[in-house]
Amino acid sequence: MPAEPKLALSKPIGDSVKKTTCYMCACRCGINVHLKDGKIRYIEGNRDHPVNKGVLCAKGSAGIMQHYAPARLSSPLLRTGPRGSGEFKKISWDEALALASEWLGKIRHDDPKRLAFFTGRDQSQSLTGFWAQQFGTPNYAAHGGFCSVNMAAAGISTIGGAFWEFGAPDWDRTKLFILFGVAEDHDSNPLKMGIGKIKKNGARFVSVNPIRTGYSAVADNWLGIRPGTDGLLILSLIHCLLKARQIDVDYLVRYTNAGWLVIDAPGTSEHGLFARNADKNPLIFDTSSQSLVASGAKSARPALNGRFTLEDGRAVVPSFQLLAERYLSEDYAPENVAAETGLDPQSIHGLAAEIGRTAFEEAIEIKQSWTDMHGETHETYVGRPVSFHAMRGISAHSNGFQTARALHLLQVLIGAIDCPGGFRFEPPYPKPLEAHPTPHGRAEHFGSNKPLSGPHLGFPRGPEDLLIDADGNPTRLDKAFSWEAPIAAHGLMHMVIANAHAGDPYKIDTLFLYMANMAWNSSMNTAGTIKMLEDKDEATGEYKIPRIIYSDAYSSEMVAYADLVLPDTTYLERYDCISLLDRPISEPDCVNDAIRWPVLEPDRDVRAFQSVIIDLGTRLKLPGFVDSRGKGLYADYADYIVNHERRPGIGPLAGFRGSKGDKSGRGAANKDQLKRYIENGAFFSAHIPMEAQFFKHANRDYQDFAVKMGFFDQPQPVTFQLYQENLQKFRLSAEGLREPVTPEIYRTRIAAAFDPLPFWYRPLEEQAVSRETYPYHALTQRPAAMYHSWGSMNAWLRQIHTKAPLYVPGAICDEVGLKTGDWAWVISHHGRIKVEISRMEAVNRDTMWTWNAIGKRSGAWSLDKNVPEAEQGFLLNHLIHELLPPKGDGRRWSNSDPITGQAAWYDLRVRIEKAEPDTESQPHLPEMKNISDNPVPDELRYGEEWAK
Amino acid sequence: MTSLPAVSTPKKLGLVIDLDTCVGCHACVVSCKEWNTGGYGSALSDQDPYGPDVSGAWLNRVHAFEVTPSREGGELVAEAGEARIVHFPKSCLHCDDAPCVTVCPTGASYKRAEDGIVLVDEDKCIGCGLCAWSCPYGAREMDVAAGVMKKCTLCVDRIYNETFEEVDRVPSCVRTCPANARHFGDLADPSSDVSKLVAERGGFDLMPEQGTRPTNKYLPPRPRKMLADSAPPPSVDTSGATGFFGWLDQMLERI
Repeated sequence: MPAEPKLALSKPIGDSVKKTTCYMCACRCGINVHLKDGKIRYIEGNRDHPVNKGVLCAKGSAGIMQHYAPARLSSPLLRTGPRGSGEFKKISWDEALALASEWLGKIRHDDPKRLAFFTGRDQSQSLTGFWAQQFGTPNYAAHGGFCSVNMAAAGISTIGGAFWEFGAPDWDRTKLFILFGVAEDHDSNPLKMGIGKIKKNGARFVSVNPIRTGYSAVADNWLGIRPGTDGLLILSLIHCLLKARQIDVDYLVRYTNAGWLVIDAPGTSEHGLFARNADKNPLIFDTSSQSLVASGAKSARPALNGRFTLEDGRAVVPSFQLLAERYLSEDYAPENVAAETGLDPQSIHGLAAEIGRTAFEEAIEIKQSWTDMHGETHETYVGRPVSFHAMRGISAHSNGFQTARALHLLQVLIGAIDCPGGFRFEPPYPKPLEAHPTPHGRAEHFGSNKPLSGPHLGFPRGPEDLLIDADGNPTRLDKAFSWEAPIAAHGLMHMVIANAHAGDPYKIDTLFLYMANMAWNSSMNTAGTIKMLEDKDEATGEYKIPRIIYSDAYSSEMVAYADLVLPDTTYLERYDCISLLDRPISEPDCVNDAIRWPVLEPDRDVRAFQSVIIDLGTRLKLPGFVDSRGKGLYADYADYIVNHERRPGIGPLAGFRGSKGDKSGRGAANKDQLKRYIENGAFFSAHIPMEAQFFKHANRDYQDFAVKMGFFDQPQPVTFQLYQENLQKFRLSAEGLREPVTPEIYRTRIAAAFDPLPFWYRPLEEQAVSRETYPYHALTQRPAAMYHSWGSMNAWLRQIHTKAPLYVPGAICDEVGLKTGDWAWVISHHGRIKVEISRMEAVNRDTMWTWNAIGKRSGAWSLDKNVPEAEQGFLLNHLIHELLPPKGDGRRWSNSDPITGQAAWYDLRVRIEKAEPDTESQPHLPEMKNISDNPVPDELRYGEEWAK
Repeated sequence: MTSLPAVSTPKKLGLVIDLDTCVGCHACVVSCKEWNTGGYGSALSDQDPYGPDVSGAWLNRVHAFEVTPSREGGELVAEAGEARIVHFPKSCLHCDDAPCVTVCPTGASYKRAEDGIVLVDEDKCIGCGLCAWSCPYGAREMDVAAGVMKKCTLCVDRIYNETFEEVDRVPSCVRTCPANARHFGDLADPSSDVSKLVAERGGFDLMPEQGTRPTNKYLPPRPRKMLADSAPPPSVDTSGATGFFGWLDQMLERI
């Protein structure tokens, strides 16, 4: 046998390694970018990073191809042809910024609300929101309204936090993990790491999801629920647990409003509100002293049932009594919810039994003394090791707010919030509703050349905080915080283009968008949205949406509809900050934030969007961006990150503050802060002391830690709100009992939806269309290896998801006569699409689905015009309208949750019919011109120069 | 024809892949591609990368199958009658009796005597494709641009790399796997972590009937307990809210 060749086995990876933060999805993992000869050799997860601890997903590893994609834009562009034609001329940044500031300056002077500034996959909302506030338009939000605001709003108002960025399962200790409506992301790596851990530890993993792929595929048990019925399942679990007496009464008494007394005085303006003392503190009935006392008194023992009388003679009952009476009703028995949810009642009984058994028979105790807010010392942390995670599957329905509330109620009832083995908060959460701002945007909040008087987004405490005029009409373009969507905590980005086009509630001048593919997969009714962007006023010949400024790094479908394009950098060419003031990346036992920094210099005439709006802020002389003489405060985003202070000593980054860089949380600006972050691997992490790690909502040590870190200026403990009084205030307005009174047209809807205790109703589209004509559901799931539309320009990722058929349950295939490879029409109340299908069994029998946004418009993203993504690719968006079908009351209602305005993507109802075989999906929109001018290679041999 | 090592290799380095944990995320697939396109041998090329016929050379792919276990028992991958997806990562299994080696006409394909890794010496490879034809697993891919056969090297340029910290001397796919479904080690050593894992979990050979004696092992899905089996016996308690509040008062007394 000949000698084996000698191999060079110890070559260094590259010349240098630079540690930064990934941006291939919203997970924000730490990455090591290895460089060789000025090019990226290899990207791997950073082992020291608290989010991903070394691992990295497919998207993260494909960052190389994202960075070098031909679809990158290379220069500012000014439209020269009609919208959509793709005809632009290159202009300089000086010209682009002069033009933008001329347009924006005029708006700011004349009528600031005529600017609508909305951001998509923005990870710098703390900056963009601040900029919009200083500009003074009421019309700002990021994309949360069409993503997961139901989850965020329900969580914050119920427990002071929510899933994902607000908390996480205690992966190391949990014994039962239940996942609701999560596809292969959200959040990507921590979830996979967690599933790996619970598998290793022998914990049980139950997935509730209409589709059994990805995470659900490895679950011990799968409940293939009918879409939009999760709330009913959860309330049935609550029913079973109450019947089995498997609730944590001590926990309820200590940490919730279970004992708060609710006024029972129907027909009066305080019916259903909490009885309060003169200091506005809610009252309880103390069983020791047999008297009404303020809640929160140290030794009080609140009654959880009974009927008591206030001094003024009105009757009151503990809120828990209302809760127990409701959910003990046989309406919620598994046998009675089985048909609606599509689940077997025995499995629901079994799941409830497993929850109860695990919570109470497998409770865990950690020996660690800690002190609660009353000063009482506890020797151990007692944990109910049942944990949950949920995402868009429950959120993106028009009943999602109440469903998410129901899920938090379940967690609280078994005492599994922020305990060992349960769901744990991630700092700066928990944070009570009262610590969030109220929204700003009423006429008195803004005016010519002045900032908005407070933050755009927040939580109304009641109808008095709505952003409406004297006639009850919305003052925001997207109608957020109006009677249409009163608790629209993240705005309604999905309504912006439709409302601006209709001039309802008013016309605007400029639509300014960042990283939001609204002319494609980020809009409902894509073809209709494109028409709105192209539509002109017949009288004037002007576009109905007169000006569109758009910033993106790539030639996405939206770019063609912009008048002015501000090309962004890739994520490896910019500074960014992952801030505690924004969407945090903390873990339950540590406070984290992070930066991105230019590990490569741009080779094109592009600028980071954040630096661009700081430049615009300076040119427009916005307060907060210029000093008293009008001189710019910040050279660029990096300068802002270091020197901006939101409150004295509190800036975008919590780490390495103070002149010596030795202060955490609070401290003076440190000119070397970014250098220190870079030296530390681009992140900062502060460990939470063990005595502060659990029961953070009521843990004095944690609250003191939070104050020290600057999350709050004084302790902000949270009392979990099982019964939610602010919802009842809306109901009273809808009943005409409380000011402001709900306008007639909204009364039925508000009265029905704003139940202070979670309930379930059929999603609004399902209520509005015939269940016989549209008997099925159609969903999308985001794949693990592709994020939204961000991926088809990536030569590696597109090989994983080149085509995505519509997966149709076997039972429907048999009914309609379909087999894999056939083509079919899928028809909704709004539209029809023709697609290739694939038979599948591991799916709810009434639900068809596809991978999200694999379909691309021909010519976009620097792909050849005849790629499978464009030829056979498709969007369900063509079937989904931003408005519900007319219901004969003379108006069209938004296809959104009536409480939060969350876009109801997953309410879609369809039927399916066999079609003639085809090679091209329908509708097939006309080909676009490729807007990027980079050469598109026929072959890639990435790294060939490094081959031996 | 090319010979396999005359005696059994002292080490059998390979992968153990946990099908109970793999969620099919493709992290291993892309990490492998990015490491190996700049690592051992020629780049892993992609043809028509932005066009209709996009394809490329990959050393590791994840296949997804849908299975429906019969109600009579058998496979323990799901509750009887319930379909599920099985995600199945597949790369070279570094077989003991590697037909891709013995079929090679030039000696390019070889199995290292030291550790059992099957490699292609690209200087000798004529791109005839016989090895890919002989591999029952379809684990080799021709690089169209270079005209040579590509395959998993077990990241031979990582696992012995003295410029790396010890902890990183593992294949790229193992280092990156978010769910910890991939394990690397010496399967000839019964005391290694991977051998113990195979013993504990009933790790199996892929297509043993082919007689290739693969080094890589797969761990089967763990047995599952049905939720319905946890359901309590039918309750006779019809006391509703009244009975509940009686119980509640007792509980409150105890606090």
